[in-house]
Amino acid sequence: MLELIDLHVRYGGIHAVQGISLRVRPGEIVTLIGANGAGKSSTVRAVAGLVRGGLGGRILHTPPGGETVSLAGLPPEKIVARGLALCPEGRRILPHLTVAENLELGAYSRSDRKAVAGDKELVYALFPLLKERHWQPGGTLSGGEQQMLAVGRALMSRPDLLMLDEPSLGLAPILVREIFQIIRRINQEEGRTILLIEQNAHAALSIAHQAYILEVGNIVLSGPGRELLHDPKVKEAYLGG
Amino acid sequence: MSFELFVQNVFNSMTVGSLYALIAIGYTMVYGILRFINFAHGDVFMVGAYLIFFAEMLVPWPVAALIAIAGASLLGILVDQTAYRPLREAPRISALISAIGVSFLLENLAVVVFTGLPRPAVQPAWMVRPIAVGGLRVLPLTFLVPLVTAALVMGLLYVVYRTRPGLAMRAISRDIETTRMMGVSINRIIALTFGLGSALAAAAGIMWAMRYPQIHPYMGVFPGFKAFIAAVVGGIGSIRGAVLGGLLLGTVEVMAIAFNPTLSGYRDAFAFVLLIVILIFMPTGLLGEKNKDKI
Repeated sequence: MLELIDLHVRYGGIHAVQGISLRVRPGEIVTLIGANGAGKSSTVRAVAGLVRGGLGGRILHTPPGGETVSLAGLPPEKIVARGLALCPEGRRILPHLTVAENLELGAYSRSDRKAVAGDKELVYALFPLLKERHWQPGGTLSGGEQQMLAVGRALMSRPDLLMLDEPSLGLAPILVREIFQIIRRINQEEGRTILLIEQNAHAALSIAHQAYILEVGNIVLSGPGRELLHDPKVKEAYLGG
Repeated sequence: MSFELFVQNVFNSMTVGSLYALIAIGYTMVYGILRFINFAHGDVFMVGAYLIFFAEMLVPWPVAALIAIAGASLLGILVDQTAYRPLREAPRISALISAIGVSFLLENLAVVVFTGLPRPAVQPAWMVRPIAVGGLRVLPLTFLVPLVTAALVMGLLYVVYRTRPGLAMRAISRDIETTRMMGVSINRIIALTFGLGSALAAAAGIMWAMRYPQIHPYMGVFPGFKAFIAAVVGGIGSIRGAVLGGLLLGTVEVMAIAFNPTLSGYRDAFAFVLLIVILIFMPTGLLGEKNKDKI
């Protein structure tokens, strides 16, 4: 599905990602965990085409049943059209557009209008609250509701690979649990592959098939999520001992 | 002032105000997306007036009007692609200077190509044959300009609020990066914005030339300035604000002179007085967004 080979990202004088390699297989939930500034966001932003210049290494995408293509240098709108959607850090809801308009914007890369209307209903089924508030400006939603809208909006492009950048950031514990349940459902029921960026290592490792731990721009540990959950080094550094 | 004369002046206000509004929309739309003032916009208005002048020699008037509007649209898009697009990542001031350069270029090019001599504007006879309404004798043009403007503005609002490119336009005005992430090709939407704004400016140019029946290469300078002021008064970035600002400016100009004819020499100063007064009390204009920047 997605393979990063020796990926480097540099911003000005900062070497944010220092040669990481990872692989996301179809149907998996893969998580990338690490502290603030470890290079997690830079990695997914590079995949989504949002890093201009300072990019090194290879980003290879293989759509289901398609040929492998390098994504480096493609603009973001071409990348989402290829089936890779990013639900960005901080949600980035368009506050002046209604909930329904935010969702429609998420489907901009598609031309099958009838199927888009159907997918909107699917998102509403996943997040009934959004249906109730479909006419409200996105900016009037609470943080948790905005996060749901951001996930729903990313789903509207019908991605094969859904990239979620810190979906639990700033949410109350009960909402964090709900978001992770929904991520699991999107993976299991809809069969979408997921690349999940998280600081909440426990929750992320619990649902991930494969996990990578990032420290200052390098992958220091990788393995199945369950295994890392019980790894003494991970426990000490990320799970509070 | 007699009642008839007052009514006459109300119509005049709406006519002049409509023309300012049509030009102001182009400034405000470009500002809303790119955050800079397209100073060449007034000159696109001028080119629209020249295009119909020459097109009308070859084809019937309605076709000539469409050619002028389409031609001005293409010019607006061309200006953006050549003079502003290479500066998208540059500081705003660079694009602003580029816009001033394009403005001078278009004006001087017009002097070279069309000569500096004023030419008589094209006026379909039925539009300028006075008709009697009550005790008044008015030109059909006086009714036509506000009506055409209303139709154009409604068409524009439909595009902006009811179509997919319009949705993208509204999204870009708030967050370019997120909008790209959603699959929107930014340059197409920017081109559409310049195209629509320039089309409205050309429509204004055509009607302006009929009302003040002559055209010359610098005819866009003052209407351009005043429409820019109308856009700022209404709240730059807001389409409804541009319409409101245009109508308000038209009304102030016409009525101030109607009630006090000795002020007619100061006609062009009213726009600036209005600008100063509004900005003192409402720094973001009548319908502008309150400043959300945090220090």
